[in-house]
Amino acid sequence: MLSKRLIACLDVRDGKLAKSVRFVDTIDIGDPIEKASQYYRDGIDELVFYDINASREERDIDIEFVEKVAAEIFIPFSVGGGIRSVEDATRLRLAGAEKVNVNTAAVKRKELITEIARAIGSQSTVLSMDVRRADTSSQIPSGYEIVINDGTTPTGIDALKWARMGEELGAGELVVNSIDADGTKEGYELELTRLVADSVGIPVIASGGAGEPEHLYRAFTEGHADGAIVASIVHYGEYTCRQLKEYLDNHGVKVRMNY
Amino acid sequence: MITIIDYDAGNIRSVQRACSEIGVRSVATDAQTEIINAEKIIFPGVGAAPSAMSYMIEKGLDSALAEAFACGVPILGICLGAQIILDSSEEGDQPCLGLVPGKTVRFQLQNRSLKIPHMGWNEVKTVQSHPLLDGIKPGDEFYFVHSFYPQPVEEKNIYALSDYESSFCSALGFRNLFATQFHPEKSGRLGLQLLERFARWDGTVPVIPTASEGH
Repeated sequence: MLSKRLIACLDVRDGKLAKSVRFVDTIDIGDPIEKASQYYRDGIDELVFYDINASREERDIDIEFVEKVAAEIFIPFSVGGGIRSVEDATRLRLAGAEKVNVNTAAVKRKELITEIARAIGSQSTVLSMDVRRADTSSQIPSGYEIVINDGTTPTGIDALKWARMGEELGAGELVVNSIDADGTKEGYELELTRLVADSVGIPVIASGGAGEPEHLYRAFTEGHADGAIVASIVHYGEYTCRQLKEYLDNHGVKVRMNY
Repeated sequence: MITIIDYDAGNIRSVQRACSEIGVRSVATDAQTEIINAEKIIFPGVGAAPSAMSYMIEKGLDSALAEAFACGVPILGICLGAQIILDSSEEGDQPCLGLVPGKTVRFQLQNRSLKIPHMGWNEVKTVQSHPLLDGIKPGDEFYFVHSFYPQPVEEKNIYALSDYESSFCSALGFRNLFATQFHPEKSGRLGLQLLERFARWDGTVPVIPTASEGH
């Protein structure tokens, strides 16, 4: 059977690794390629690089950076941030990214998901959704709303509806990032993760809030996630990837232990 | 020198990078003569069988690969390259290369919580020894992304199995041809080691006498 995936997220800003707290303050915490190589050797299953300000500033992701990563990391990695066209996606795929994440641009023009899926395949097309709790209403029946531009702009779109639409449009995977939980280290937004995971037929990745190994365990068990994104919990050396995996393995979650 | 067949089927650069990581020179080409004269061939591929086959035929790569195979050139197929070496595929009506008897079939899953494509890390269990699988231990996992899998007619061509609801063939071999449904170039250290073994492989498979043969 497939193993549950542990995915490290590296927010890159001007070639440096940054970490945001509730998407607002960011601090420089080192060289992203060095960190990525360290996680790779320590058994991370996948990596995701977000160029965190690319989308707000309408900049492109650095292709050279992606090529450097691809020359050192021999596991799948995805990139996101500021992808606005099929050409962007194709260039990143050719530069070595296994998957490409779309977020804000797909909310603004949903056909983008279909276009990218046709060009590089659904399995390489990831819809990344930033989600915030909202009052339940006829417009937002699930009580979770999609926000864009790095969490700064509410859209009035229901997160569950958007997840299903993303799948129909051709996304091959969903990243569900809780803005409320992001950077808090208090655990993933489990209800949201489970709601999405149970209503689509494609893999769902939990994102935002990991602070303890138990949070990962709960994302996979209660949250029904196929993968979980970690950031702070490994960036500051509180836990190694190995330790997180050992915890999961000891608690009966199937993870890749030989590497 | 490893010749990588570039037939417009997805990203071959990741295979090139992996070769360079293990210190092996490689060249990507879609030229017939280079393939026929290759020392070693990697036949990678991501994408759909029908368009891949059309391109192969258009460029004469089908006959070039068949000729290299007949001459004993060691060949490693990866992913789609492990599927279209069989006679046919459920992904389209077009005949495939027919280097190994069998067909490629789509996952038919009963459990609706299991997703297609089968994407992620899964265990590869060796069922017959092969120089390319040498050293693979129980619990060793490799990276997969696919909705179809190869189904050789003869059991003797199946070298490894993986589970996704039921068992499927994740590595097959026939003479100087070996093929993996998983991506060694994306499977970390264990994948790179498989590529290293391929770089050293002379294309022969030692015959291990079985007990029933009585000697």
